[in-house]
Amino acid sequence: MNENEKKELIKRYSPGSTIFKNSTLAFLFGGLICTLGELLFMLYLELSGDEKTAATLVTVSLIFIAALLTGLGLFDKIARYAGAGTLVPVTGFSNAVVSEAMDSKSEGYILGVGAKIYTVAGPVILFGLASGVIYGLIYYICGLIMGMMG
Amino acid sequence: MNPYVHMLLTFVSGGIICVFAQLLIDFTKLTPARILVLYVSLGVLLYGIGVFEPMKEIFGSGVSVPLIGFGANIAKGVQEAVDKEGLLGVLTGGLTSSAAGITSALIFGLSASIIFKTKSKRM
Repeated sequence: MNENEKKELIKRYSPGSTIFKNSTLAFLFGGLICTLGELLFMLYLELSGDEKTAATLVTVSLIFIAALLTGLGLFDKIARYAGAGTLVPVTGFSNAVVSEAMDSKSEGYILGVGAKIYTVAGPVILFGLASGVIYGLIYYICGLIMGMMG
Repeated sequence: MNPYVHMLLTFVSGGIICVFAQLLIDFTKLTPARILVLYVSLGVLLYGIGVFEPMKEIFGSGVSVPLIGFGANIAKGVQEAVDKEGLLGVLTGGLTSSAAGITSALIFGLSASIIFKTKSKRM
């Protein structure tokens, strides 16, 4: 742990004003990103006429914007203030994937980028899918029981 | 609904969801990766108990842009696939509905690692 990380930790855990400030910034940035998403959604809905297509395009657009900002080195500067405000929207997922990919370039493309790109994406995808499978099984069994009863 | 009210609801709900995560970061030892996993799984749960879709009607992107929306999308995909294909849908639905998000993030990540030289610091 270097000096900067130490300072950051101390700042993060000191009570009172820091926590209030962090939450306010997270609220503003998070709200802003979601509002941007909604504006894009309305635009894409107008263009495509299909909600599913529009929603998918919003996700891809926000992932692209976050990826570009990460590549240019700007995402971290914003995230330093925004905290969870940029982490929790799908932008945080994108940033995690892209920054891992960029950081591991020196280790080569196969076992560097290819493997490390999943450092954060892997857990998110794995546990997202695992939760989905559990839900799917419950939904399927409930459907069978309903079918037998009615 | 008045579009300005709708936008305000989107802003406030998205903001509150992020504040919860910020408080988790500030008060617990949860790392960002754990929070993302928590939110995705929470999204599946919220969709499963039938809360997410009504919330989305009111808050729009305020709940679908945060990672809980990613989770809810997986659950929705699984449900639709089970409706269509039966038990096999449990295995196909999740990745199908989240394919665009996962693939775009990975491909943009690969592209960025090729294009950009500067070392980006991890969050």
